[in-house]
Amino acid sequence: MVNKMRESTIMKIHYGTALGAVALVAVHILMRLTQSFAESLEYTNVIANYQFLPYAGMLEIILILLSIHGFNGLRVILLELKQGPRYEKAVSYGCVAAMMGLIAYGSRTIIMVNMGML
Amino acid sequence: MTQVPSIAEEKPTTSLSSPKTATLRIARFNPEKDSERKFMEFNIPYQRWTTVLEAILEVKKHFDHSVAVRYSCRQATCGSCGMIINGKPRLACFTKISELESDVVTVEPMNNFPIIRDLAVRFERLFESHHKIKPYLINDDSEISSNEKEFLQTPEEVEQYIQFSNCIKCGLCNSACPTMATDSSFVGPQALAQAYRYVADSRDKGKDSRLKIIDESHGIWRCHFAGSCSQVCPKGVDPAMGIQFLRGYLLGFRS
Repeated sequence: MVNKMRESTIMKIHYGTALGAVALVAVHILMRLTQSFAESLEYTNVIANYQFLPYAGMLEIILILLSIHGFNGLRVILLELKQGPRYEKAVSYGCVAAMMGLIAYGSRTIIMVNMGML
Repeated sequence: MTQVPSIAEEKPTTSLSSPKTATLRIARFNPEKDSERKFMEFNIPYQRWTTVLEAILEVKKHFDHSVAVRYSCRQATCGSCGMIINGKPRLACFTKISELESDVVTVEPMNNFPIIRDLAVRFERLFESHHKIKPYLINDDSEISSNEKEFLQTPEEVEQYIQFSNCIKCGLCNSACPTMATDSSFVGPQALAQAYRYVADSRDKGKDSRLKIIDESHGIWRCHFAGSCSQVCPKGVDPAMGIQFLRGYLLGFRS
C-alpha cells in the first residue's frame, strides 16, 4: 500500500497534517496557559487532562498528525540520502511501522489512564 | 569632392582596451588514470570581450592540446560548454573573463554529472530524464494530415510556456541543484521544467500521463525550492517556477 500510493497523495497528507497540527498545537498551548507551567505539569493535572475526553481526544489527534507528518518527513530525508529498490522499500515500510508504533504507544497512555490503570 | 572614410577605417581616437592577463586554472582529471583532481595554471592575455571558452581554446592551441572540453556553437545556443566557472555553473562561451572581476579564473567540470575527462561530462542521465517526460506534443489531431486543422494559440496561451521552450539542455540547472547532488534518481529541474513546458501548452493533450511520470518518489516532490536552477540558467528559463506550477496541477490548484 505504501509503495502504491501516489506521491502527490502522500504529500497532500503531509501538508494537511502539518496545517492540522499547527492549529491543534495552538489550541493545546492556549489550554496550557490557563494555569502556570509548573502547575500544568503536576501529576494530578496531567491525569485530569487525559481523563477529560474532549481534550484527550485532541491530544490523540495531535499525536496522529505529528506522527504521520514526522515519519513521512523522515522517509523523504532517507530516500534522498540513498537510493535503491530494497532500501527504499525498507525505508517506506519501516517508517509506517515506526509511525504506527509511536501512535500505539501514545494511545496506550491515554487508554490506561481512562481505564484507571495509572 | 570630400572623401568618405571607409567603414573599416578606424578613427585614431578610438580607444582600445589594453590587453590584461588572467590566470586560467583548469581542473584536470581522467577517471581511468587519476585518483584525484589536479589544477593546471596558464597565463592568458585577454581583452574586454574574451570569453572563458576562448581562453580554454587558447590553452589548447598554444599550451596543452590534451585539455578535454566540449563546445560547438560559441554563441550560447548548443548548450555544450557548461562548466563551473569561479564556483558557479555557467556557459564558457557566454561568460567573459572581464565580467568575472577576478584575475584568476577557475574552470571545473559541472557538478552532479559523471566526468569523462577534464571539463567534459556525461549527459546520459539528463537526456534520459528529459526523454522520460515525453518532450513533445501529444495530440491525436495533426496539423500535417488534416488540411482543415490548424492549432491556433492566443498570445496569452503562448505566454504560458514560451520561456520554458528556450531550454538548450546545457545541464547548468541540474549542476546547481542541491537535490541532484544527493538523490541519484531525482528527475531534475531541467526535465521538470520541460514537463511544464508541454503541460502548459494548449495544443498538448498529454498532461495526465506527464503528471503521472513526475508524481513518484524521486519526482517533483523532492525539489526543495532552493531556486539555484533558475539563478544559473543562461537562457532566462525559470525551472523553479515551472516546478511550482506543476505542483499546482498535482495539488488541484491548477487545471
